[in-house]
Amino acid sequence: MVHWSAEEKQLIAGLWGKVNVEECGAEALARLLIVYPWTQRFFSDFGNLSSPTAIIGNPKVRAHGKKVLTSFGDAIKNLDNLKVTYSKLSELHCDKLHVDPENFRLLGDILIIVLAAHFSKDFTPACQATWQKLVGVVAHALAHKYH
Amino acid sequence: MLTAEDKKLIQQVWGKLAGSEEDVGSETLWRMFHAYPPTKTYFPHFDLSQGSDQIRGHGKKVVAALGTAIKNLDNLSQALSELSNLHAYNLLAVLSPVFALQFLAQCLQVVLAVRLGKEYTPEVHSAVDKFMSAVAAVLAEKYR
Repeated sequence: MVHWSAEEKQLIAGLWGKVNVEECGAEALARLLIVYPWTQRFFSDFGNLSSPTAIIGNPKVRAHGKKVLTSFGDAIKNLDNLKVTYSKLSELHCDKLHVDPENFRLLGDILIIVLAAHFSKDFTPACQATWQKLVGVVAHALAHKYH
Repeated sequence: MLTAEDKKLIQQVWGKLAGSEEDVGSETLWRMFHAYPPTKTYFPHFDLSQGSDQIRGHGKKVVAALGTAIKNLDNLSQALSELSNLHAYNLLAVLSPVFALQFLAQCLQVVLAVRLGKEYTPEVHSAVDKFMSAVAAVLAEKYR
């Protein structure tokens, strides 16, 4: 089980409280599709993904981004119980969606950059270190049920 | 492969850092040591406390090297050739160098995003990500 210090929990909760889940989620997912174009293959029914502008403006991307980051919020509420929390989602990503778990790591890193751009100097090195740990642990939990 | 547009965006972004290269370098390294403690194993001989002269000095070197690379985007392999040799033959260490360079790249991107905010657009993000991958590939060329 992952150990979270009081300071880490504070750094996570403190920042999360200020995150606009819809905006951040949409941006993170859009950037994933732009920076790592091969990820577009998982979203072939999303319509127009032909350019960064198209991707950023695509309503399905925005909606799904919000969904993904909302789910991330569940992880934050269940830091001590992540593998169980994400058990069904993990099975889904493996069995139905066939997503290589490496992509979870990529999305995690992108989320960090989105947060950095948004919160600027408030995204301190300590904050980044805690959040890198968080996205790593979330990615790991999501990959846990793969077989 | 870096497109002409990528190259332009990279040069523009780098231009915005003019004057703060040393700060960018040392902040990138500091974030990397903090977020990825195993990277400290490459610097057992360094004072790794925050703001140390060695972190500043090394950060400055790293950023200068990236600056050189950016002036030679059409010929990265040649421009980074000496550095590639140095990393391969003199600095070869335990951890996979490819992973270590990925962590440096992530932290550099965070520093750029912190400084540039909205200007760190998805297009710029993409170009810098590709550039850092290319740099890592060149530096790792001589490892085996």
